[in-house]
Amino acid sequence: MAYDAIIIGAGMSGLAAGIRLAMYDKKVLILERHYVAGGLNSYYHKFKRPFDVGLHAMTNFVPKGTKRAPLTKLLRQLRIPYDSLQLCEQHGSQIHFPSAQLDFDNDTETLRAEVRRAFPDQIDGFDALTKRVLAYDDTSLDTQPIPSRVILEEHLSNPLLIEMLFCPLMYYGSPNENEMEFGQFCIMWKSVFSEGFARPEGGVRTIIDLLVKKFKELGGELRYSQGVAKILTKEGKAWGVELECERGLTKISTKPRPRSEHAEVIEAAQILSTAGVPETWAMTDGLSTEEPKEAGALTFMESIACLDIEPRELGADKTIVFFNRQETFDYVRAEDYADLRSGVICATNNYDHATPLPEGVLRVTSIASWDKWSAVAKPEPYGELKEKWYQGQLDAMEAVIPTLRERGMRDHITVHDVFTPTTIFHFTRHQRGAIYGAPEKLKSGITPIAGLFIAGTDQGFLGIVGAMLSGISIANAYFLRAGA
Amino acid sequence: MQATEIPGVIIDIINTIAPDEDTTDIKSDVKLRDQLDLDSMDFLDIVMELRKRFGIEVPEEDYPKLASLDSCVEFLGPMLADK
Repeated sequence: MAYDAIIIGAGMSGLAAGIRLAMYDKKVLILERHYVAGGLNSYYHKFKRPFDVGLHAMTNFVPKGTKRAPLTKLLRQLRIPYDSLQLCEQHGSQIHFPSAQLDFDNDTETLRAEVRRAFPDQIDGFDALTKRVLAYDDTSLDTQPIPSRVILEEHLSNPLLIEMLFCPLMYYGSPNENEMEFGQFCIMWKSVFSEGFARPEGGVRTIIDLLVKKFKELGGELRYSQGVAKILTKEGKAWGVELECERGLTKISTKPRPRSEHAEVIEAAQILSTAGVPETWAMTDGLSTEEPKEAGALTFMESIACLDIEPRELGADKTIVFFNRQETFDYVRAEDYADLRSGVICATNNYDHATPLPEGVLRVTSIASWDKWSAVAKPEPYGELKEKWYQGQLDAMEAVIPTLRERGMRDHITVHDVFTPTTIFHFTRHQRGAIYGAPEKLKSGITPIAGLFIAGTDQGFLGIVGAMLSGISIANAYFLRAGA
Repeated sequence: MQATEIPGVIIDIINTIAPDEDTTDIKSDVKLRDQLDLDSMDFLDIVMELRKRFGIEVPEEDYPKLASLDSCVEFLGPMLADK
């Protein structure tokens, strides 16, 4: 056998799993279709600047030495020192609805005090809900899904507060429209409200570089620009992969293709796919026991504006603002190119960086429509539409933070970049640009094919920290435990 | 390996997998979990390190036998005698 394990995808979960396997002397190969690692949380260069792809904030921040927190656990498992992440804490964030705002930061008391101020009659219910969330065992790999809305309604009678609490948690991790599975809700609550936001000094690249370096030091092999065409199976057991003949990102295929005569085949005892559940099914054929699971419907567009001024000088003094411009919060697929009724604004400067960023950066994210964007011809009218919706996102930011307009934000923008659902698909191959993956998660990581396992977004842990923990958990459970 | 060397081996492994834990004053008859912040993931790592360093296999049902330094000596002693 050429390898003990092949890992599909050099995102956070694939790299973390790879480190665990290489650490214990498994011969492991990671195959990444992109020429950069990171997956859904990667980086790129444009206008002579580095840009993070999706990262507003690293959730799950805890101070150094915190016991039993997900971040602490994963650093220990990967043997990466806390200080090497160079984490900078947020300055404070906000949930912004027209009739109420709730501030929160890395101190749980802040949100509690805000709930007490804005919703005095709800504080007992809020406390009870908090207690219930904290008691929930969300790390179990075999829990049954239950919807969270009914549980919130048991504790809170004010629908506005319920919507406000859902807003950041859905935006930062829900693949489902207007609902979250309670386990997912608890994971998100803990990662956002109980723990909090930080940013590595050098952005997401700091983490990716650490993981890649560690993996290679341990003897792991990583091939870039190398997609997997097919997962090869025999009698219900995976035995290897067939590589794509054409290297890199250019090829668009979501269906298995006939086996090519010239394709390179690599054998492995076990395979871990971090490509997503429907994406993995698309690489297998002869999978008769289960229909391909549906890709998620929720995808996003984001604009990044670089400024010749700090955002706080324009009145944008929060780190992240989760906004909703109407009373009810609709976390649903966009009918139009983007749904500007709600969104997320991130002022990247508003972290405690040791060295201030060289320029101001504002990012704004909106729910977008895969169907609309994927049907548009490139380069035009795609380019024009990106500009049009970028302007719409600026309007939305100005509506939420009026000082941005009053102080002339648009005159301070030097360059901007926009990514859409098709950009996400191009670089990550997540079907329909669904960054939070499929609505239905595969918590166990086990597939109907023996020797093939799933980690990453579709296994159900969320965010960067969640993705790394997913890779670690699945590697431990099925690749390292005695008998594996 | 002499049985008396086993506590040192275990402590060395703990220092490797959990460098932030203070292992200077561990009581040999008290559960490791009660003295240190170790969870099931860490116990898996202790087992993996034993496999890596000495080629011995500890089945999952025997993890409880690694609870304290004393029980490690008792359980691992015969397995490590010829290592």
